[in-house]
This record gives sequence, C-alpha cells and structure tokens, in this order.
Amino acid sequence: MISQLYAVGIDLGTTHCAMASLELELQANGVAAAEAPKPVVVPVPQVIAPGEVETRSLLPSFLYIPHASELPPHALALPWPDHPTEFAVGEVARALGVKSALRLVSSAKSWLCSAGVDRRAPILPAAASGDVPKLSPRDASVRYLEHLRHAWDHAHPEAPIAEQIVTLAVPASFDPAARELTAEAARLAGLGHAVLLEEPQSALYSWLSTSGEQFREQVKSGDMILVVDVGGGTADFSVIAVREDAGELALERVAVGEHILLGGDNMDLALAHMLKGQLEQQGHVLDPVQLATLTQAARAAKEELLGKNDVSVVPVVIPGRGSKLIGGSLKVELTRSDLERVLLDGFFPSAAADSRPQARSRAGLTQLGLPYAHDPAMTRHLAAFLSKHAAAFGEEPEADGSPTIGHPTAILFNGGVFKSSLLRERVLVSLNGWLEAAGAEPVRVLQGEDLDLGVAKGAAYYGYVRAGHGIRIRGGTAMAYYVGVESAMPAVPGLPPPLTAVCLAPFGLEEGSHADMPAAEFGLVVGEPVRFRFFGSSTRRDDQAGTALDFWEPEELLPLQDIEVTLSAEQHSPGETVIVRLQAGVTEVGTLQLEAVARSSGERWKVEFDTRDNSP
Amino acid sequence: MNSSAPNFFVRLALAFQVFFRVLFNAVFAERVQRLGPGAAIIEPRASVPAPVTPSAPPLRELPSQSALQLLGLLQREGRFVDFLQEDVSGYTDAQIGAAARVVHDQCRKALLSHVTLEPIRSENEGQRITLPPGFPAGEIRLTGQVSGQPPFTGALTHAGWRAAKIELPKLSDGHDVRVIAPAEVEL
Repeated sequence: MISQLYAVGIDLGTTHCAMASLELELQANGVAAAEAPKPVVVPVPQVIAPGEVETRSLLPSFLYIPHASELPPHALALPWPDHPTEFAVGEVARALGVKSALRLVSSAKSWLCSAGVDRRAPILPAAASGDVPKLSPRDASVRYLEHLRHAWDHAHPEAPIAEQIVTLAVPASFDPAARELTAEAARLAGLGHAVLLEEPQSALYSWLSTSGEQFREQVKSGDMILVVDVGGGTADFSVIAVREDAGELALERVAVGEHILLGGDNMDLALAHMLKGQLEQQGHVLDPVQLATLTQAARAAKEELLGKNDVSVVPVVIPGRGSKLIGGSLKVELTRSDLERVLLDGFFPSAAADSRPQARSRAGLTQLGLPYAHDPAMTRHLAAFLSKHAAAFGEEPEADGSPTIGHPTAILFNGGVFKSSLLRERVLVSLNGWLEAAGAEPVRVLQGEDLDLGVAKGAAYYGYVRAGHGIRIRGGTAMAYYVGVESAMPAVPGLPPPLTAVCLAPFGLEEGSHADMPAAEFGLVVGEPVRFRFFGSSTRRDDQAGTALDFWEPEELLPLQDIEVTLSAEQHSPGETVIVRLQAGVTEVGTLQLEAVARSSGERWKVEFDTRDNSP
Repeated sequence: MNSSAPNFFVRLALAFQVFFRVLFNAVFAERVQRLGPGAAIIEPRASVPAPVTPSAPPLRELPSQSALQLLGLLQREGRFVDFLQEDVSGYTDAQIGAAARVVHDQCRKALLSHVTLEPIRSENEGQRITLPPGFPAGEIRLTGQVSGQPPFTGALTHAGWRAAKIELPKLSDGHDVRVIAPAEVEL
C-alpha cells in the first residue's frame, strides 16, 4: 500500500512568506527512492487589489485592517470559503498600506523577537491610533500562517496540511521566547505539529537538495561552511562544520550569530532617504505615499545599476499622485557614485578583520521604534561574528591576546540581496582578505540555486530528511542557557546581591532530549509568580547543566527575557513553600522547555518565557 | 531595414495599436480572447485562413470585461490611462520622457506577468522569407506590391506578436471592472 504524504516547508519572512513542498512516498517495504525528490514552490492565491485574486509564489508579510466603509463587499474574497473580511494579508495589504500606513501591520516577525514589548498584546499596527483595531505580533504571524494553510488545503483537499510533515523556518538568532511564540503561532494557525528549523540551515538543506549526491564532491571533511543569509529585514550568520563520522560525511551547525535587524529593505530605504534629501534641496516636500513610491523606484534603479556595469546613472521618477501624471512628476537621478557611497560603503564597506560594528545610529534606517542594528555594515558584523566564534572553528587565541578569526573554507549566500554579484563580491573581498592575512585559503562559493525561495525549499527538504532520508545537519540549541541565582551571602547595603549563573541547558542540546537537572534548589511559594533572570551564551560551548558561574565577561552571557513560574495549588495549599529544581529540555518541535520539578514529589510546572515588556 | 528589435517608442506605439485593436475590433479581440485565459492554445495553422463563404459572415460583439480588466491593471501598475489622458502638448520631451519611463517600466512588468507574448515569425526583421501557398493570412499581412500567386518572397518588416497565454486575476462577486481607477480622497 502506498499513501501520499508531503513534506511542507514554510518561510515566514519579515517581508515575504513562501511555501514549498515535496511528495514523500511512504512505501510499505520502506524502500526509499533512489533519487531524492526536489522541493517545488507552492503558489499562494491572494487578493492583489480589492476584488482581484491572483496566485503568486510569494505572500508579502503585511496585514491591513480596512475601515468598515473602506472596501466594497466581497472585495477580500478568496478562493476558499471562510475568508476573513476584517483584515487582509498579502499583496493587497502591502498596496493599501502604502496609502494608509495607520492600518498596516508590517515586520511582525521583527516585533516577535523584540524584547521591549509584550508580544502577545495587541500593539500593531504600531502607527495606529483611534478606532483601528490592533493585534499582537504573534497573532499577525498566525494570520499569515492561516492564509498559507488555506492556500495549501485548497490546492490539496485530499491532504490537509495539519496531517503533513510541516517545517517552519525561523532565524537562527531567534531567542527561546521568539521560537516559542512562532511555534505557538503555527499551532494556533492549525499547522499541526510544525517543527522549527534555523533559516541558514534551511538554506544549506536547499543547496543539498539541488546538489543531490554531487555534494560529496563539493565539500569534504574538515570544511567549515559559512552561511550568510541577508533577507528583507534580518541578517543571519551560521557556521556548519563538515566532519567524517564512521566513514560518512556528517554536518554539524557549530555557531550562530546574533540577531541583526537589518536587511535588503533597509538598503532600499537608505537609498530612498538619500534621494529624498536631493529632492528636498530642489524644494520638493514628499508625502509618505511619495516616499513609498520613491523607495520602490530607488529599488528598481539600484537593481539596474547593480546589474549593468556600464550604466552610470539611472533616472528615478516619482509620478504625480493626481491624474496629472506628467505635470506632477518629480525626477532625481541615482548615480553609481551615490549607490556605492550609500549601499556598498554603507552596508558592505571593506573592513579589517578586527573591525567591529559601531554603536552609532543612522538616520533613515529606523522606523516604528524597532531596535534596528546601529551599524549597517554587514562586513563589520561578519568580522565580529568570525572573531567571536573563532573557537568554534578550532582556532586557538593568539598568545599576545590579539584577536583571531575563524577560517571558513566555503560560503553559501542566501537572501534576495545577494542576487547582485557586486554585493556577493564585496563580502568575498573582505572575507578573503582576512583569510589571506591569516595565511588561509580563500573560501569556495557554494552555488545556491534560489536566493528568494531557498529557505522554503530547504525547509520542505528537511521534512524528507526527518522522514529518514538524506543527510541531517546536527545542531541542537544554538546557545547554552543559564538561570540567575542570587547569592546567599549577606547583601551589602546599596549593592545588588551578587548573581551566580547556573547552566540549565548546554550548547547543542538536541530536540527531544532533556538536560541533567542542576542541584540548585529554590523555595517557591505556591500561588505566587516568581521571576528569574535568564541568560544565553553562544560562546561558552563546554558548560554542562549545573555549571555555576560567579563571574563572566559581559559579552559572554547575553541577558534574555526573564523567566517566570507560578506553582499551581493542585496538591498544595496557597502560601506553602515547595522546594524545586529547574530542568531544561528541547521539545520535538524545537522549542526550549523549562520546568520546575518538586524535590519531594517530582511534580512538574512549566516555566514561562516572559514575553511582556521587561522594563520595571 | 533595421534588423534589431523595435525600439521603445516603436513598441509603445505597437502596444497602443494592439490595445485599441482589441478594444474596437471585435474580430481581432475574439482571436486574442480565444487564446486564454488558462492554457496556451496554439491554433492549428491550417485552419487559420477563415473559409470565405458566400453568405455574409456573422459579426459578433464580445463582452468587454477582460479588456476593461486589463486596462484597469495597466492603470494600477503603470498609470497607463493617466498617461494617455494627459494633454502632453504643454510639456517638454524630457518631461514626457521621464514619465514615459515609469509608464513603460511598470506597464511592461504588468503586461509580461499576465500575457505571454511571442513573435509570430522567428526570423530577424529585414530577413527575406518565402510564404508558401496557403500561408496563414490571419497571421501574416502582405504589404507593398501584392500581386501574382504564392509562394511570395519578401522582407520581414515586422515579426508580429502572438499572445501565447493570457492569465488575468480572478474577480470577486460584484467587482466593477468599469472602475479603471477609483477616485482617491485623502483624509
């Protein structure tokens, strides 16, 4: 008997979502097909303008909340029956939002990992005022995923998505709380048991799926593959080591970068602001709609300049908003020297191996209060990443204490930004310069096939891998996690009591496993919420659960959102003190799970990530 | 004879020509409409020259929805109707050129993402070609000294265009395609 089952991959991007799938044949005799199946993109029907539906490969990650009298009836009709009328997602939301930003939710994913806000509270649209109904960053993600579920179920009525093997890609740099919110959104959207996969790993899976068995000729044991993934709104770095295990090649993700809230959209926005400045010098004042048009035109001009080396200047025209197109139009020019100044020197400057991101804010990059990266220079972020994770590459620190960098041997680019060979070249020149100075070989470039859709395709391929085929990238948690324990020594007046960080989960804790339970004990009062400070470290790779740190360098341990537990009073009376220990595990879905375990009875309570505003 | 592809203004002129032929020439529009929506339909070439019957051929008027929808789409994406409706006599060529660039760029994107266009003849323009007897007269227009019997040999002045496939957005109930562009009121 053969039954059909699909592996479905979802890229829930900051600016676009995409979905891909491949068919798994579950055969009774368990024989796998000789040739790995290739993931295909699942097109997504969406409203593109009021009353018009079209099927596209990308679903823009925008949500628009129309006014009750704004649209005619049925304007948001979709091919499936129970479509929402109180909001719209996809292209129509993006398009309507250009003209009424008040009602537009954008970058929900960036808010999902933004520590300064309550991510389950209705705070979006951030610009909304008055009678605009709001929703939470998590619920906006639920809406995008629900749309994808409907699109799938509509196209595959015989194979509902909740019954398929679904993989959801998330940034490698997402903290445990953001991962849990994403998994929760998938559950609420009816995606069944969607599991999480880091986006750079997904990009590498996509490369593996296109290379097939050829990949063994392109990488060898000892290779360190650097994945540089720059999407619309985030930049993500990861390192995947190629090892040999019992004669077979094995892949292991050994390092993950910090969350850098910076992507292709920021580049277009920076260009638009530069051009806006030129228009203002000519005496023109742009309204927000014109700025949005300018951003779109600047992107087109950028692509033309990046694509054609012999073009030195591209006119950028903003047509008039009224029906007088020619009469109301404004014109500026994007020159190659301006492009190089803003884009290449701003985002991809040639940087030294010991350069670090600079902590100064730039105008034109920030909007709506999201904590965008202060330094737009991708190359400096990359240098910092390679230096911070030198140990993951097996590099010993220099005797004189001067910084070393890890030596990747291969690089895989991902994300629409790298469609430009000039930008890939910029990264390679800096990187190979650092390697040459260190006496290492330049990196080999692994040819990724699909920079926009690779993450969705790779996520689908991961479902095939989970079904027991192909090669799996081992990874586990990208950080070690610590709980802050206040020392019992007498407090010095005016000073906070010294804090000890006790490791709860070691680096690389795998899905479906638990860490050992540290011996630290806490007396918790039943019925009263208790908060703990919580830390993560991407560099302390050897700490085991239970390791207690009395001292650490500030850059070693990153303070995360607090964790909180309330012992319910099922078998206890309120006010009673119960002695508990804390234990960490990673669920099959890929989320970190913390539990308080009663010493005497073994009872367990879930410890929650505090996703609310942490400010006191 | 120029053997390269037609330049922008030639294409612009051609686009308008084809557009208005669709709008006002029911026979031409019917042939375009038979091509879609949905699957690509390659008409059997032998059947193309319509058999000339002695009785008056019936003339039909096609519903105009698709034409209006395409017009609305070109307006939304590339301000096509605004461009045509504007009185250009008072503007300089540079001003018109700047606006034409936007219209061309955006309308072209919109057109190509909905209509798959292919040349009817694959030869280069300027090349001499021979048309056998029974050549599809609907696809090939003879010009100049048209006399004698086929085979005809002549220079290809225009390679022609065929819409191999047209796929327009699906419309919701009650969507009024006559609204080419809604009026905008900023609050």
